[in-house]
Order: sequence, then structure tokens, then C-alpha cells
Amino acid sequence: METAMSAHVPAMPRRRVLGAYLEEARSECLRYMRAPGFMLPIMLFPAMFYLLFGVLMAKAGGADAARYLLASYGVFGVMSPGLFGFGVSLALERDGGLLTFKRALPMPPGAYLLGKMLMAMAAAAVVILLLLAMALSLGHVTLSVAQAAALLLTGVLGVLPFCALGMFVGTLIKGQGAPGMLQLIYLPMSFMSGLWFPLPMLPTFLQQVAPVWPAYHLDRLALASVGMNDEPLAGHLVVLLGVTAGFTLLAARRLRRHG
Amino acid sequence: MDLASRPVARLAGATRRYGQQTALDAVDLVVQRGELLALLGPNGAGKTTAIGLLLGLARADAGTVELFGMDPQRIEARRRIGVMLQSAELPPTLRVGELLRLTASYYPVPRRLEETAAMAGIGDLLKRPYAKLSGGQQRRVQFALAVCGRPELLFLDEPTVGMDIEARQKLWAAIRQLIAEGCSVLLTTHYLEEAEALADRVCVMTRGRVIHEGTVEALRARVALRRIRCASTLPIDALRAWPEITDVQRDNERLHITAADAEAVVRRLLAADPDLRELEVQRAGLAEAFTELTRDDAETSANQREAA
Repeated sequence: METAMSAHVPAMPRRRVLGAYLEEARSECLRYMRAPGFMLPIMLFPAMFYLLFGVLMAKAGGADAARYLLASYGVFGVMSPGLFGFGVSLALERDGGLLTFKRALPMPPGAYLLGKMLMAMAAAAVVILLLLAMALSLGHVTLSVAQAAALLLTGVLGVLPFCALGMFVGTLIKGQGAPGMLQLIYLPMSFMSGLWFPLPMLPTFLQQVAPVWPAYHLDRLALASVGMNDEPLAGHLVVLLGVTAGFTLLAARRLRRHG
Repeated sequence: MDLASRPVARLAGATRRYGQQTALDAVDLVVQRGELLALLGPNGAGKTTAIGLLLGLARADAGTVELFGMDPQRIEARRRIGVMLQSAELPPTLRVGELLRLTASYYPVPRRLEETAAMAGIGDLLKRPYAKLSGGQQRRVQFALAVCGRPELLFLDEPTVGMDIEARQKLWAAIRQLIAEGCSVLLTTHYLEEAEALADRVCVMTRGRVIHEGTVEALRARVALRRIRCASTLPIDALRAWPEITDVQRDNERLHITAADAEAVVRRLLAADPDLRELEVQRAGLAEAFTELTRDDAETSANQREAA
């Protein structure tokens, strides 16, 4: 019966389906790159912090301090496009009816979330490149091309667990409540993961619970990529993958149920 | 079964509850190919819930929901529809042309950009960011997004709210053109004149149920009733016998008469009672038609309860 009904309808060629995914990603990137209210805080906060603590105040500690803080502030900078780009925009669009509209349209499955993910990865890349430029020029940090590339890759992929966390929070809270909630996650987690001050400078208790935070694990990877952490990395990778998968599943379930 | 006679959208006994509240109560609704069905009713009547089920945004708790004979959540079914929702905040920084390009990319054989823009009358807006448009212009862009995929069935939820008269007329012309091309339309509206201008059939909903379904003429006949009020001593039983009078009530010395042909009744009244005073004649509006339909509906359900 269904085949009879669909017989006279042009099928959707695979090339057009792929095109729809690309259009969605392109639109998502365009709309945020054009929104200074979104891009400026994401870029300026980590850049300002790094300039202050990593370049100006770390002069005494030398290039090693600047190198250490490049990784930490890089992680700090990468978290925000994930949490805010994904979480806040999802919360607002659920509230404003855009998500409902998209669900009614024949948008290919997942294109909406995939578009947001690519946008967050692009924003993360911009943040890391900005910090790298500052570190190499002002901070007198020396990095091999491989180390710089590894840090960039860590940032671009490292945004994903925070996309998943942001998405989950975005499905819990609608509208304007989400930014405040995400700040409450973002700032304390950054501090307690040793992104602002190196962990050994924090109270022992905070050092002990640090492995609870995904940001801590991403920081260990980022430090390894700039050559400041020799420990095995598999454990950190597994935790980050688990966080990504877990929050994605939880969020997907809530989205399916509550829209 | 002949394909052409198969409905493009169908609700059969569809029920949807939100907690304790029943938003939609065993509703039957059919949209045939090439027709415009207008869904009328006060706020909270269940119109948006009915559309939500047909768009696959929510699942029915009971009953059948079909779009082109398929589950509405299947993307193959939704590739044949266009949608204009009551409120959707589109990305403010995207330009109109970019929004059209994105939405058209979801469909197998979309219209050309210029064609869509001409239909919706937004040819001069394509380079403007969406946020910079007026409310009426934004509604026109949303209409363009609804038609860009060359849909066979168009969902229009309160499409002309916020539009000036000229824009509304243009939109009506575009909808008529689509119907002439064989497109079906499911329209919800608050405006009776909009239903009168466009609809083949109307369906009046209240409190989650369909209480009237039929042609526009049939609804208009109900709404065309007029109220006559006057102070008169004429006996109410005598008036009930007049064929022109649909209904008559007495409130002390005042008579409340409902009739389609008010002029004939007034002529007879004045002849029968030379002392008749304080004559008033009023057209029953859509609001009154709703009230009347709703009251009939309430009485029926009360009677059913008594019988049971």
C-alpha cells in the first residue's frame, strides 16, 4: 500500500541528502560566526586569561609555564563552544519553536545536531589557533609542528564531550535559564580541573577529586600534546569517550520524549 | 482503491492527553487531495494539537494518524508536506536567501529560489537578515519556506496573524494558486473571512472535539442568523409558530428572537404589535456562532450524561 502511494513521488537522491547535511552545517556555522555576542566571549575570555597569566605573569616561570598554561587555557577555551554553542543554543531553540519547526520539516535525521557539532568544532579550532599564535609570538614558547597540530586536534575533538554535556543541559532547561546553569558548570569545573592554576597549587582534596571532571582528563591530553605529560593516555581517552556517549544517549532520549 | 480519492492526511479516533487534560478527544479528520480544509475554533480547542499529530511532533495516545497513508514520523511522508507554524523564531543572523536555500535542500525536487520568492512576494528581501524584517515580512518568509519544497500538502497554522490587509490578500492569492495546482491545504485560523475566502470545507473544534464539519455555506448559514430584541407584549407561543423564527425567548417584557430573515420578522412584528418599542437587530458574529455551537455541544453532552 505504501509503495503504491509513494510510487509517483520523486525519491530523494543520495546526493541531495548529503547536500542537506552540508547546508545545515554551513548555515549553523554562518549564523554563529555572524553573531558577535556568541563568538566574542568564546574567543576573548581564554585569550585574555592566557595573556594575563600565561604571558605577562608567567615571565618568572619561563617558557615552561607559558607552555603549561597554553594547554590549560586551551582546554578552558575549548569547553565554552561545546557548552554554550551547543547547550545554550539548543535550550533557546527549544523555547523559540525552531526545533519544533525543524522536526516537522523533512530534515535528514541528526543533521541539526551534526551541524551544531561541526560549528562547535570550528569555533574550538579558532580558539586554539588564537592561543597558539599568542604563545608562539608573545609567550616565546617553542613547539614543533607536530606538537601544535596535536594540540589543535585535541581541541577540535576535545570539544565533543562538552557538546554532549551542553546538549544534555539544553534538554533539561528551556530558554534563558540555560546560560546561568552552564556557567555554574563551566567556571567551577575549570577551576577544580586545574585549568586556571595548576593542580599541585590547589588544596589536596580538590586534587583528589579532579579525575571526576571531564575537563581534567582533556587537560591531561592537552598537556601531553605539548610535551608536558608522559603518563599513559588511554584511561583519559576512555573517560572522555564515555562522557560523550553517556550524555549523548541521555540527551537523545530526552529529545525524543519531550522535544 | 483509486489513488486520487485516498485522503492525503487522516486522523481517526485520535486522542492526545497532556497529564490529566485531554487535548484531543477521539477526533476524526480527513484532508482530501486538492482541497482546503479550515480548522476553526477558540484558543485551546485542540487545533494545534491536531496539526502536531499530523506532523509527527507528538504521538497519539489512541487512534490512527496517517500522512499519505504512512506514519507521519517517516521522513518519506514529510518530504511531501510544507509547514508554517504559529510561532517559530528562525535564526536571526541568516539572510532570507540562505534560509530558503537551507529549507529547499531537505526536499527532492524543490522550486527554484526565484519562483518561491515570487510566490511569497519576498523577491526584494532575499539579501536581508531575518532579524531585520518586520513581523509581516517574517510571516511571508515563513510562507516561502513552507512552499519551497513543492509540497502536496501544506500546513498553515494561523498564517496571516500580524499581516496587513494587502499582504493578507496577496497570501490568499498565493494559496489559491497552490490549490489550483492540486496542492491540499490544512489551515487553522481565527478569522472567519479567511475561511470564507479560501476553504472548501470547515471543521469547528472546541475543547478537543470536532463539533461541526461541513461546507463554508453551512457554517455561514449558522453565522448568518441575526438577533432581534424588542419590548413587546406579544405571546411567545404565538411567535414560536412563525416559520421565519428559529428561536425565541422572553425575559420579562423583552423578547429575544433568532432568525435568518430578520427583515421579514421585523415587518411582521411591527404589524402585529403597534406598541412595540426598543427594537434592535444584530448580526450574529463568528464568536456567537462558536458560542452557539459550543452551547449546543455542552447541552448534548449534558443530555447524554442524564440519559446514561
